[in-house]
Amino acid sequence: MKKRTIKILIALVIYIIAFLLPFQNIWNALIICPILYLCSYCIVGIEIVWKAMRNLLRGKLFDENFLMTIATLGAFAIGEFPEAVAVMLFYQVGELFQSYAVDKSRKSISSLMDIRPDFANVKRDNKITKVNPEEVKLGEIIIVKPGEKIPLDGIIVEGHSLLDTSSLTGESLPREVHLEDEVLSGCINQNGLLSIKVTKEFGESTVSKILNLVENASSKKSKSENFISKFAKYYTPTVVIIALLLAIIPPLFLGFYTFTDWLYRALSFLVVSCPCALVISIPLSFFGGIGGASRIGILVKGSNYLEALAHTEIIVFDKTGTLTEGTFEVQKIEAIDISQDELLKLTAHAESFSNHPISISLKKAYDKEINSDLISETKELSGLGIESVIEGKNILVGNEKLMEENHISYTKCNEIGTILYVAIEKTYAGFIVIADKIKKDAKQTITTLKSNHIKQTIMLTGDKKVVGENVASKLGIDTVYSELLPSGKAEKLEEIMKNSSPNGNVAFVGDGINDAPVLALADIGIAMGGLGADSAIEAADIVIMTDEPSKINHAIQLSKKTMRIVKENIIFAIFIKIAVLLLSAIGLSTMWEAVFADVGVSVIAILNALRVLKNKEP
Amino acid sequence: MKYTFKIKGLDCANCATQLENAIQKIEGIDNASINFMMEKMIIECQEENKQEIMEKLKKTIKKEEPDVKIEEI
Repeated sequence: MKKRTIKILIALVIYIIAFLLPFQNIWNALIICPILYLCSYCIVGIEIVWKAMRNLLRGKLFDENFLMTIATLGAFAIGEFPEAVAVMLFYQVGELFQSYAVDKSRKSISSLMDIRPDFANVKRDNKITKVNPEEVKLGEIIIVKPGEKIPLDGIIVEGHSLLDTSSLTGESLPREVHLEDEVLSGCINQNGLLSIKVTKEFGESTVSKILNLVENASSKKSKSENFISKFAKYYTPTVVIIALLLAIIPPLFLGFYTFTDWLYRALSFLVVSCPCALVISIPLSFFGGIGGASRIGILVKGSNYLEALAHTEIIVFDKTGTLTEGTFEVQKIEAIDISQDELLKLTAHAESFSNHPISISLKKAYDKEINSDLISETKELSGLGIESVIEGKNILVGNEKLMEENHISYTKCNEIGTILYVAIEKTYAGFIVIADKIKKDAKQTITTLKSNHIKQTIMLTGDKKVVGENVASKLGIDTVYSELLPSGKAEKLEEIMKNSSPNGNVAFVGDGINDAPVLALADIGIAMGGLGADSAIEAADIVIMTDEPSKINHAIQLSKKTMRIVKENIIFAIFIKIAVLLLSAIGLSTMWEAVFADVGVSVIAILNALRVLKNKEP
Repeated sequence: MKYTFKIKGLDCANCATQLENAIQKIEGIDNASINFMMEKMIIECQEENKQEIMEKLKKTIKKEEPDVKIEEI
């Protein structure tokens, strides 16, 4: 690149000298100037001419180098010396800018790909050796020091630390990991020394999978990209043929003396005939969009999916694990005559011997040590609940039937979820509602989707009707279908897709573990919580690494931004090219504008495409 | 099987597309894609024909873009 810059500078200096020499001097005008121009041309353009000749021998007529050569040599032939040199000079300057822009974007892309670990410290024969991560075998122990990347997926066998998972999930809060926790490659170990037993070879590890996905995503081409390749295929030959006709036909009718004028116009056509601006900037925009998405923990498997996402009208959600946490939690405590804390304490102690999700959620809500000295007796009453003696008091915890069988008068509760009625010494003491918790960002997600022009939100669930409708109304979801069997979900989705408008896509969002067939069926399948779940990465088109539904909005915004830039570039480049072609055809535009329409437009389009890459938080 | 190559010396994206088209036409290659930005080429073909296909591939590249160098990674 340095060599090219120097060449261009020397040629430019010679060009300016030739331009400034007093023109009235016949000696200057006839001999010195042409020689200087020719020198300048040779310095800057000989490489292009050489390439053109070589390509011509191979029968490549529509090659960029060849077209440039013809255009400039033609200009020389009709005596437009300064212009011929200038066109070549500016073409080279433009190319230089273009390779600078390409280089720059390559760099920003590779910084996106920076999650690839360079080495692994593996423990072999009691020695620690630094090796390529690919050489580490299953079951070997690797050591990860603070500040280093975890090279392979594995399980911690020694140590604890904080992990920076931001390169995988976009999540800036570090994650705490302890002994026997599973850790994923690509995370950065922040403070502790970790010994990890490798559970996946490098090729199968999370980092390789993500890199593969992002790098190969561009091979699945979007409609816009296909349009551009088709356009490029016909554009160059068409422009060249028109140029040829322009040089031949008008002079036949208007008289031969106009030939040089028409030839000049035809030569301008040749300069504009390369479709490079489009061919490079459109895939680059998509690549930037996919790369930017991966940086915030959203994996998009192809440009086509990014494009489809921008045209989504209906989003169908699975409930459990997608909009709700999928874990039980104490939602409400109603105590009569005693404090809520006391009621929770008694219930948690009564249930403390069970490992049922309900008992676990009670213990979690209680959040204090269970004092087993307080419990003197516990009996499980199958299908009813638990009878226990705590601090000398008889405690009954269970369902309505338990209350009825013990002839305890209680108030029936209409809350959604699992309801535990509690009686102390056979007197009703209140109830505790335990239900699946709605995710923190779920409501915000649904509201924001509306402002992202999503026409309809639908929820599918296998859960009971009351539960489904309750969650849907809390979140503001338009339609809900409940009590569906897994196969019913697919049928329902098919029905929704049939009734949607032809241009609007239907996206399905699921947790990726149970919903594989539905994910595959939808126009766009979005799997959530994909971090470490292979099945989700396989089945979905878009994988959200964390389990936050709000990432869907980020993904949609990013896809829309990408599509806007793609459209801007297509319209801008085609408009400028056609405008310059028309103006040159009627003689209003010179070769200078033509050079701008070629390389200038390329550079601007690339810079515009780079805007997607800069996107950190959409 | 999929084979990945580093591909150097491509001038512009349009040339990359043209080269990609030419390579796709090679008999025995199921799919070829060139990523101009990443300077990467991915070829899909049967493992047993690899030797023969590599020869054809090199020939095609030499004909289409003499300045281009490839290296398997």
